[in-house]
Amino acid sequence: MIAMSTRHILLGLLASGPSHGYDLKRRHDARFPQARPLAYGQVYTTLQRLVRDGLAEVEGTDSDGGPERTVYRTTDEGARELSRWAGETAPPAPFVTNEIFAKVVVSILGGGDPAAYLRAQRAAHMERMRELTAVKTAKGADLATVLSADYALNHLDADLRWMDTTAARLTTLTAEVDAA
Amino acid sequence: MNNAATGEPLLAARDLVKTHGRTSALRGASLDLRAGEILAVTGASGSGKSTLLHCLAGIVRPDRGSVTYDGQRLDRLPEKRLSELRRTDFGVVFQFGQLIPELTALDNVALPLMLAGTPRSRAHERAGEWLERFGVRGQEELRPGEMSGGQAQRTALARALVTDPKVVFADEPTGALDSLAGEQVMTALAHTARESGTAVLLITHDARTAAYADREASLHDGTVVAEDAALEVTR
Ligand SMILES: Nc1ncnc2c1ncn2[C@@H]1O[C@H](COP(=O)(O)OP(=O)(O)OP(=O)(O)O)[C@@H](O)[C@H]1O
Ligand SMILES: [Mg+2]
Repeated sequence: MIAMSTRHILLGLLASGPSHGYDLKRRHDARFPQARPLAYGQVYTTLQRLVRDGLAEVEGTDSDGGPERTVYRTTDEGARELSRWAGETAPPAPFVTNEIFAKVVVSILGGGDPAAYLRAQRAAHMERMRELTAVKTAKGADLATVLSADYALNHLDADLRWMDTTAARLTTLTAEVDAA
Repeated sequence: MNNAATGEPLLAARDLVKTHGRTSALRGASLDLRAGEILAVTGASGSGKSTLLHCLAGIVRPDRGSVTYDGQRLDRLPEKRLSELRRTDFGVVFQFGQLIPELTALDNVALPLMLAGTPRSRAHERAGEWLERFGVRGQEELRPGEMSGGQAQRTALARALVTDPKVVFADEPTGALDSLAGEQVMTALAHTARESGTAVLLITHDARTAAYADREASLHDGTVVAEDAALEVTR
């Protein structure tokens, strides 16, 4: 899943012109500022796979005064694959595999204190949302920063709404158990 | 980024109790607002947020407890002094609008300045600038009955800020706005507050709006619970 999107993201970066691995990593991290930075190793492995699959090819080398670097470019097939992928709808998250969800379930099963966990998690989420809001509204924030902060904020907000509903359900549940 | 002053809070509520008929809206709520800080107040519907705001802003007197603003007991101030203070130091955005229906957007915003003695033409000029800041352009002549919910909220925000108050109280100021418009309004409000050192008490049920604040206080059944206890507590 992650490998697949890295492939397409690198193809997307190559679409604006030939580039070497180091440069691709730098541009990736600038374009997706709130994402986990790409590891060099991951960039090189992915580039090699793109070449193997005929989606990219080696254009030549470029030393630019420093060490020699292999420059890659996209192929026609790579361009077709990129546009296919970019237009294809992503599956609307059918599987819930989230740490927060898992902890709450485990805590309920194990007789823990899910409400206390949810309170602490909520505070951590709010703190992160304040940070992201500050990054996004800082003067001179570029579009990539705003878009990625928005994406993260809306997902954290969705987590929070789920946590609020769950906490309220826990209260009702506890009341029902107490009344029984 | 956070220019909240240290030391004494600018506005402090202690153990506020307020009952409406048989309903206890506040049951011992305490809250500090420091100079220059943006504080989000969250909590379930009916938890007492609006009532707390009304007590802090000197619009409603609590049955018990104290509200201290800049060293003065608001809950004991004679009505005349209180309304004078509200006009000079506070700006309020009510949850349900409360623009004056007979006046245009421009006149609604200009009114607080004119009441404070600013000449009409100057008041209109400033009002126009504030409306523009909140994205109301070309709608200056609309009356509240002709405005969308979002236009009315932006107008109410402009009216609350036009006098350059020390404290702005905003009750769900983005409730009627779509998410991008809400963001534009919050960005304008936060930038303005940070530039001028205005303290903001912001009621919202939206976490993305609360994230514009420096911190969050949460109400639960008429009392303020700490930020890390913001959720419904199992009792
Ligand atoms: N003027 C009033 N007369 C009678 N009851 C009132 C009045 N104002 C508020 N209440 C009651 O006091 C409680 C708290 O109301 P308040 O408006 O402060 O809640 P809130 O947190 O602002 O809710 P919401 O998120 O729905 O705006 C509610 O139970 C409400 O019914
Ligand atoms: Mg309210």
